Amino acid sequence: MKALISSLSENRLAQILLFSVYVLITSASLFLAEKSVVAFLLLLLSILILYFLNLKTVWKWIIGFVILGVLLPVSASQGPSYQSYMEVATLVGIYVAMALGLNIVVGLAGLLDLGFVAFFAVGAYTYGIFATPQAANFMPFGSYPLSGGSFWIFLLIGCFAAALFGILLGIPVLRVKGDYLAIVTLGFGEIIRIVFNNMDKPVNITNGSMGIASITPPSIFGIDLLYPNQFYYVVFGIVLFTIYVVRKLEYSKVGRAWKAVRENEIAAQAMGIPLVKTKLTAFAIGASFSGMMGVVFAAKQTFVDPTSFTLLESTTILVMVLLGGMGSVPGVILGAAVVTILNLQVLTELTNWMNQLSLSGVIAIPEALSPVKMQRFIFGALLIAFALYRSQGLLPAKNRKYNPEELKNKTEKSSILLLSKEKRQA
Amino acid sequence: MLNKKAVSLFITAGLVMGILSGCASSSDSANSSGESEGKTVIKIATQSPLSGGSATLGEAIKLGAQLALEDQKEEFAKKGFELQLVPYDDQGDPKKGVANAQLIASDKEILGVVGHLNSGVAIPSSETYEKYNIVMVSPANTATEITDRGLKVTNRIVARDDFQGPAGAEYAVETLKAKKIFVIQDKTAYGTGLADAFKAAAEELGAEIVGYEGITVGEKDFNGVLNQVASKKPDLIYFGGMYSEGGLILKQAVDKGINVPFMGGDALDSSAFVDIAGETVTNAFITSVAGDTTKTEEGKKFADDYKKKFNKNIESYSAYAYDSMGVVLKGLSDAIEKNDGKLPTREQVRDAVRAIQDYKGVVTQVSFDEKGDNKYGKIFIYKFNEASYPATMEGEVSK
Amino acid sequence: MLTDVIQTLPQVIVDGLTLGAVYAVIAIGYTMVYGILELINFAHGEIFMTGAFIGTAILLTFSGIGWLSAMPAIIVLIIVLIATSILTGFLGMGIERVAYRPLRNAPKLITLITAIGISFLLQDIIRFIAEVKKGNYIITGPSLFTGKMKLEASSLWPQFHDASFKSTFLVVLITAIIMMLVLDLFVNHTKWGMAIRAVAQDRDTAALMTINVNKVISVTFFVGSALGGATGVLFAVQYGTIDPYIGFILGIKAFTAAVLGGIGNIRGAMVGGMVIGMLEMFAAANLSGLTGGVFGAEYKDVFAFIILIVVLIFKPEGLFGKAAVEKV
Repeated sequence: MKALISSLSENRLAQILLFSVYVLITSASLFLAEKSVVAFLLLLLSILILYFLNLKTVWKWIIGFVILGVLLPVSASQGPSYQSYMEVATLVGIYVAMALGLNIVVGLAGLLDLGFVAFFAVGAYTYGIFATPQAANFMPFGSYPLSGGSFWIFLLIGCFAAALFGILLGIPVLRVKGDYLAIVTLGFGEIIRIVFNNMDKPVNITNGSMGIASITPPSIFGIDLLYPNQFYYVVFGIVLFTIYVVRKLEYSKVGRAWKAVRENEIAAQAMGIPLVKTKLTAFAIGASFSGMMGVVFAAKQTFVDPTSFTLLESTTILVMVLLGGMGSVPGVILGAAVVTILNLQVLTELTNWMNQLSLSGVIAIPEALSPVKMQRFIFGALLIAFALYRSQGLLPAKNRKYNPEELKNKTEKSSILLLSKEKRQA
Repeated sequence: MLNKKAVSLFITAGLVMGILSGCASSSDSANSSGESEGKTVIKIATQSPLSGGSATLGEAIKLGAQLALEDQKEEFAKKGFELQLVPYDDQGDPKKGVANAQLIASDKEILGVVGHLNSGVAIPSSETYEKYNIVMVSPANTATEITDRGLKVTNRIVARDDFQGPAGAEYAVETLKAKKIFVIQDKTAYGTGLADAFKAAAEELGAEIVGYEGITVGEKDFNGVLNQVASKKPDLIYFGGMYSEGGLILKQAVDKGINVPFMGGDALDSSAFVDIAGETVTNAFITSVAGDTTKTEEGKKFADDYKKKFNKNIESYSAYAYDSMGVVLKGLSDAIEKNDGKLPTREQVRDAVRAIQDYKGVVTQVSFDEKGDNKYGKIFIYKFNEASYPATMEGEVSK
Repeated sequence: MLTDVIQTLPQVIVDGLTLGAVYAVIAIGYTMVYGILELINFAHGEIFMTGAFIGTAILLTFSGIGWLSAMPAIIVLIIVLIATSILTGFLGMGIERVAYRPLRNAPKLITLITAIGISFLLQDIIRFIAEVKKGNYIITGPSLFTGKMKLEASSLWPQFHDASFKSTFLVVLITAIIMMLVLDLFVNHTKWGMAIRAVAQDRDTAALMTINVNKVISVTFFVGSALGGATGVLFAVQYGTIDPYIGFILGIKAFTAAVLGGIGNIRGAMVGGMVIGMLEMFAAANLSGLTGGVFGAEYKDVFAFIILIVVLIFKPEGLFGKAAVEKV
C-alpha cells in the first residue's frame, strides 16, 4: 500500500490520468443524476485532490479555475438543484474570503479577534443603506436607492469602510495584547451590533431592528443579478482576487513582519518592525476582505438586519481558520468550505433524514437531538479536538522552502554586481 | 514529510467522507420514500424555528401543519398524489431562512410553504420564494412589510401589526381607561413593529406615552428599565416582544410593586409565558391574532386530535398552522382540478392560493385580498383570570 | 430630570447591588484562574450557568417530593448551595484536567480557543438535557423566598423615594458577601491559599519550594468553579427563570468587572463587580432621561463594554492591580 502510494506520488502521468478520470466521473454523475448532492460534493473535493497532486503550481491554478469556473456550474446546471448548489457554493465563497481575512489577523499576525463579523456588518450595511431609500433619511443630496450598477463601486467602498473601521478599532485596541485583545474585540463586535440595532433614532440610518429590506440587486450591462448562479461568479472572482492578494502579502515584507510579531513582539520590535503599524495593517487588510463580502452578502440576501452579525458568526469564522490551519491559505479555504457545507447542507439534510425516519415511525428521536440544533456542540467539540490534538489544523501552514544553493548564488551574484558597481563608481 | 502529508490527507478525507455519507444516506432515503408507491409525490414545506428561544411556538407551527397534512393525505391519495411534509428549521435566523428557501426551491416536488414565525426571517425568505414562485402562507407573521411589498407569493391568514397595535391601544385606552402608558420593546423586528404601531394609535386616542424603552433579548434582569417605569407611574405597561422576556418583566414589575395592567402582543400567547410569570400573570392582557381554538366544536376536536397525536397541548399558532396548511392544500387541489387532475406547476398553485375566497378553517375564515392579507383577520383580546394557559377571551376586533 | 435620578437612586442602588453581587462572585472565578494560569477561562460563565441549572434541578426535585414545603427555605438554600458548588467544583477541575492541562505550554491562543470550545459544549449539553426533560430549555424554578420588604429611604432624605425589594435580595447579597469573606480568608490565611498565591506569583519557583503545582491549580479551579456554581444558584433563586445562554454575556460582564478591579486581584474583582452592577443599573434606569431619549436603556451593554475598553487602554492594571513589567 505504502509502496503504491509512493510510486504514485512519483508518477506524474498516472496522477493526471487518475485525476481526470475522477473529475470526469463526478461531473458526469452531477450532470446526469437526479439527486446529486454527493456528486456535487465529490466534484468540490477534486480541488483538494488537485492540491495534493505533484504538478506545477501554474497548472494547478489553471485546472482549478476550469473545474470551478466552467465544469462545476455547467454540469450542475441540468439538475433541479442547480440554484441550491450555487447558493451553497456562493456562501462557501463568501466565507472563504472572510476566513482568509481573519487568517491574516489571527493566523499571520497572531491577534485573536473575536469580533470579526463587525466588519462584515459594516460592509453589508454600507451597500444596504445606499441601495435602498434608507439613505434619503440622512443624506442631504443625491437620490436613493442608487442603481444596481453602483454595486461594483460599493465593493470598493465597503472594502474601504471596513478597513477604516479596522483602523479606528485598532488604534486604541492594539495597545492591549493577547487575551485582553480577544475580549476587547469581542466587546467591539457586540457594540457594533447593538449600535446598528438602535440607529433608528434619533436619525433613522440603519432602520434598527426592522432591518433593511428590498435592497437593489446589482446589475451589469443592464442585466440584474438575481440568482445564486450569477452571484457565484461574482464571489468566485473576488475569492480568486483575495487568494492572490493574501498569497502575495504572506511572502512580502509586511507578511514577514506579521509573522515576526506573532512569534515574539519584543524581538520583532528589536529588529526594527514598527509594532503598531504592522498590527494596524493586519487589522485593516483583514477587515477589508470581510467588508467586501459584506457588500456581496447584502446584495445577494436583499435584506440585512443585525441578527446576521452575532457573536456565533464570529466564532464560526474562527472555527474555520482553526480547523483549516492557522496561517495556511489552502488550509483556511478548506476549513471554510468544510464548515459552511457542514452547516448548510449536511446538518440540514441529516435533520430532514432523521425527521423522515421519525415521521414514518422507524425510530423516535427526541426533537432536542436534531443535528441542526447541535451546531454549537459540534463546533465546540471540533475546537477542543483540534486544539488538543492537531493545533496546526487540517493543512498546516508551511514556510516557503528556499534552496540554500540558489540563495547563495543569488546573493553572491548580487554582491558581485554591487561590488562591480562600486568599482565603477570609484 | 510524506508521512505527515498522508496523515493530514487521511484526516481530511475522513472528514469529507463523513460528510458525504451523511448526505448520501439522506438523499437515498428521500428517493426511496418518494417513489415507493408509484404515486406522484407532492411536498409541502414548513419553515419555523425548531431551535432557539421561540422553539415552542415554532414547533407548534410544524405540528399543526403536520396534522392538517395527515388529515388530507387520503383525499390526495385518491387523486393519485402522495403528500409529504418537509419541516425546515430557520432558527429564527434570516440567513438560515434564505438558505433553506433556496433548498426548498431546488426541490421541485415542493409546491408550497407554511411559515414563518419571525417576520425578520419571512421578509428575506419570501424574496427567494418569489423568484421561484413558491407560495407561502403564514400562520403568524404580523409585520406590515410581509405583504406590503406586493409579492405574488406571500399570503397570511392572521391580522397585521397596524391592526393589532391599534386594536390593543383601543382596548387599553377605552376599556382599561389607561391615561399614561409606558411602552417597552425588545428591539427585534417584531417587537419594534408592534410597539410602534401601538404607540402611534395610543397617542391618537389621547393617551400619554410616558416612556419608550428597549431591552436586550436574552437578559434576565430588567430592574433598570422597571425603575424608570416605577418613577413614571403609568397606568399600563405595554410590551412588544417575546414571552421569555415579557414574563420576566411582568414578574419583576409586580415584585417592584408596580401593580398595573400589563399588555402585550401575540408572541406572549404561549404556555411558557404563564410558566415564567407565575401568579403575576393575572395582571396581563394580551392581544392575539389567534382566536380561542377551543371555543368552537371543530376547534375542540382539533385540540383533542392534536393532544392525542403529539401528546402536547395546543399553542396559539397550532390551529393557525393547521389552517394555513389547509389553505395551501385547498389551493393545491383547486390547481389540480384546473389542470385536469395532473400535477400543477408552482405558478398555478400560487395563483390558486391567492384566489381562495371564504375558506372555512378551524379557527378562522380565509379570503385573501389582492395583497395576500386575510379579509377575516381578527384581533382577540385575552385576560389571564388565573395562572393557567390558555387565557380567557375578553373581546374580539375585526376590520 | 435630575430629580428623577435622585428619587429612584435608592431603588437603583438596591437593584445594582443584587446584580453587582452576582458579577462580583463570578469575577472572582475569572480573576483566580487568570492570576494563576494567565488564562481567560471563557468557560467560567458556563460553569455559572450549569450551577444555575443544577440548583434549579435540585429545587424542582425537592418540590416534587414535597421537601420544599417541609423544610425552612434557608436550609433548603444551604443544601442546594453546597451540593451545587461541590458538583460544579468538580466540573471545573475536570475541565482543567481535560482541556487546559495538556495545553499548559502551548501558545495562549490555543488555550483560549479550547476555552471557547468548552463553553459551547456546555451550553449545548445543558440545553439538550433541559429540552429532553422539560420540552423547553427556558426553565422556571420554584420560588424559595416570597417576602417583600421596603427600605424607607424617604425618611433618610425626603428627596428619595422608597425602595422595595424581595427578600431574595437580602439572601443573595448576604450569601455573596459571606462567600467573598470566606474566600478572602481562605486565600490570605490558609496554607492552601498561600500555595495558590505562590503559584500565581511564580510557578517554577513555587515548584522548587515543594509546592505541587498541578494540585494547586486543581484546587484553584475547584474553588473558582464552586463559587461560580453557587452564584448560579443565587441567580436562579433571584430571577427564577434561566436558560443555557445566560452564562456567556454575564461572564463577559463579570470579566469586565475583574479587569476593572485589576485582574488577579480578588478584592479588586469584588469591588469591580459591584461597580459594574451599579453602573449598568444606573445606565438602564437613567440613560434615556439624561440624554433626552436619544440613547435608551438598550445602550447599557455598550456602556459596559466601553468601560472595559477605556479601562484596558488607560489603566490596563485596573483599579487595584499592580502594573506588570514585561520581562524579556
